[in-house]
Amino acid sequence: MESGKTILGSCRVLDLTDDRGFLCGKILADLGADVIKIEKPGGDLVRNRGPFYHEIPDPEKSLYWFAYNLNKRGITLNIEDKRGREIFGKLVRTADFIIESFDPGYMDKLDLSYLKLSKVNPRIIMTSITPYGQTGPYKQYKASDIDVMAMGGLLYITGNPGEPPLRISLPQSFLLASAHAAAASMIAYYYRETSGEGQYVDVSAQECVLWEIANALPLWELNNNILRRAGSYMSGRWTGTKQRLLWKCKNGYVLFYILGGAFGVKTNRAIVKWMEEEHIAPEYLKNFNWDAFDMAAQTQEMQDEIEVHIGNLFHLFTKEEAYEQALKRGIMLCPVNTSKDITENAQLKDRQFWVDINHPELSTSIRYPGAFAKLSETPICIKRRAPLIGEHDFEIYQNELGLSSSELENLQRTGVI
Amino acid sequence: MSKKVFEGLKIIDFGWAIAGPLTLKYLADYGATVVCIESSQRPDLLRTATPYKDEIPGVDRAGYFAYFAANKYSITLNLNKPEGLEIARSLISWADVVADSHRPGVMERWKLGYEDIVKIKPDILMIRNSNQGLTGPAATHPGLGNHINGLAGIVNCVGWPEQEPISLMVAYSDYLVPHFAAAALIGALDYRRKTGKGQLLDISQFEVGLQLLSPAIVNYTCNGTEEKAKGNSCDFAAPHGVFKCKGDDRWCTISIFDDTGWQSFCNATGNTEWIAIPEFSTLANRKTNEATLNNLIGQWTKDRTPEEVMKILQQAGVAAGVVQNAKDLYNDIQLKERECFWVAGHKELGNFSYLGQPSRLSKNKAELFRVAPCLGEHTEYICHELLGIPEEQFDKYLLDGVFE
Repeated sequence: MESGKTILGSCRVLDLTDDRGFLCGKILADLGADVIKIEKPGGDLVRNRGPFYHEIPDPEKSLYWFAYNLNKRGITLNIEDKRGREIFGKLVRTADFIIESFDPGYMDKLDLSYLKLSKVNPRIIMTSITPYGQTGPYKQYKASDIDVMAMGGLLYITGNPGEPPLRISLPQSFLLASAHAAAASMIAYYYRETSGEGQYVDVSAQECVLWEIANALPLWELNNNILRRAGSYMSGRWTGTKQRLLWKCKNGYVLFYILGGAFGVKTNRAIVKWMEEEHIAPEYLKNFNWDAFDMAAQTQEMQDEIEVHIGNLFHLFTKEEAYEQALKRGIMLCPVNTSKDITENAQLKDRQFWVDINHPELSTSIRYPGAFAKLSETPICIKRRAPLIGEHDFEIYQNELGLSSSELENLQRTGVI
Repeated sequence: MSKKVFEGLKIIDFGWAIAGPLTLKYLADYGATVVCIESSQRPDLLRTATPYKDEIPGVDRAGYFAYFAANKYSITLNLNKPEGLEIARSLISWADVVADSHRPGVMERWKLGYEDIVKIKPDILMIRNSNQGLTGPAATHPGLGNHINGLAGIVNCVGWPEQEPISLMVAYSDYLVPHFAAAALIGALDYRRKTGKGQLLDISQFEVGLQLLSPAIVNYTCNGTEEKAKGNSCDFAAPHGVFKCKGDDRWCTISIFDDTGWQSFCNATGNTEWIAIPEFSTLANRKTNEATLNNLIGQWTKDRTPEEVMKILQQAGVAAGVVQNAKDLYNDIQLKERECFWVAGHKELGNFSYLGQPSRLSKNKAELFRVAPCLGEHTEYICHELLGIPEEQFDKYLLDGVFE
């Protein structure tokens, strides 16, 4: 790997994760690391997860797999086999990071605990991503995305009042945990680069979800007030009143809400001006003193009254038209975008956000979301598609670790790789 | 034994609200000196939001701000006065990192854009978190995380099938940024230490948000298929959802991805006869008959507390959880055991729980070094101790409103 112009160009990551941790390795790969995705022989089970390319279920066509293993190399290795572990040990000597998302205790059982691996390579940083972390009464609890979202508090405040709490339809909690794991691993890396010592990083997905619930906890602690579901309204933020967030327009929805104080003045004035131009502004709003407008003094009745007029305004436009007006007038409003809207977004195009990655096996290139940040000196480079099953077995085992062809053949025959 | 990773690292933060300051929480919690530049004329949005201690409004009584602001210093500066700007420039000379999360253009107005500050300090590392990035036709469009939730496609994925979407109440996208931004920032700091080179990090909340929807977007670019909100169901699990439990607004979650899990569920709940029901025998069958299945499970959960459900199912190795509200989280035994919240006294808030870090590093401990700052609490300290401004000068500035 070339180094110098990327942050982690001289680093290697061994990625043992499943969907609980894919994104962590992806972020480190984007920062320039040589990330080797290690799958069990035959491939990760997550390869069977859709959506699939052209909707054909096939472990080599999972778009879920593609999206989060971009920029990595891939090998197969059975670490439950003794010889597999020996090879893993050799890899650990060449590596800087190990990331894993097995249930707590699994790596210990295989004699691959941090304590053991740090003896092989004292500089190694090992990061574990699990639902509840490696310690505490729930450490062995099983949890998928929805359970972690529930235990972390985001589920309770999402959805309509009187209806069941609602999750985001696409799994998120382990993506939050993976992104955090990347940052935490970088802290460990920073420390290693000054001290020479690696260390162990224990990530709890539940605690990552906690970062997402805004002021819910202090609201309870200071005011004994439980933040509850409010549908498409904001509540518990500035006053006892709630403010509408989601608005219907001609062909979809936009997000907008009334804010008080200095921060809201410009948007509030611009909205009324826009109403005036459409000849639907009521007299009292035309002369409204937004400078003196204080959400804390706002009653629900007044709020609802203003919102009727705002609703009428948005009804006149498509979400694209409303956003165009918002951009022009400096109004805090955004459309509820679909994937199609996002791929057509002018801002993303202007920033050259998208990357097209070649998939020769599919005789096509696929358009992916691009870099998560623009770094002026060490730019993120997304250069390779997700690996095929065992794609780099030969390259890594023979060329880099120096195993002989007959050794390799033997390992293949006995199902180690 | 525990060492502060970022001890000696100096950061000044022109930012406000969530995404920017929360990025720096990563550095502050591990020992960096993070100085927030605030203004009493335009206090941070979170200082003007509920909850307030005893419900009495006040910039130093705001729990939302304090919750995220432990370990930081606060100086108030009026950047519209030349002396205020001069002090800001001195702080830039002092700092390793300058952070900003204002709308692009605001820093430029003060002549504190990257091009400007490089002249003050050539190896400066500048991180700018914004809604849509520093460049492009929508760069200066104002808005908050709740708006970006829509732009980045997240709101479109929340709701019940065939119904209108339900906006997230929280500024979801705001809280995503810190993880990505901190990974890049810490990496860039290491690069700077090794090469002596600073740089500009341009972070768009919109672009970060899209990283969490990648499979859905690629499904569109490859197949033309649009993501649709699915309520609480999951294509490859059943049962999968939220179930009503005993008590007011009490709910549990259950998620079962394979047939073994289903059998364990039936055994654990004492409904062994359900194993033999052909409509539920395979995942495909359970998906086909999901409404009936959910109804049946709801009958079992409704007379139990969510805690009982979780315990019974977890003992059988079945994934389940309690839909925890803030009070539950406050009392959660797992979070307590892991010391997830840092509790300390604050002169306005009293005993207060600050949010900690979601991971534990074996050699470096994230911890509470100081409670959240009151507005401008460290103005004098910073001017005297860090910048060496003489006392007479400081007093003059004070009278001239430089620290407002």
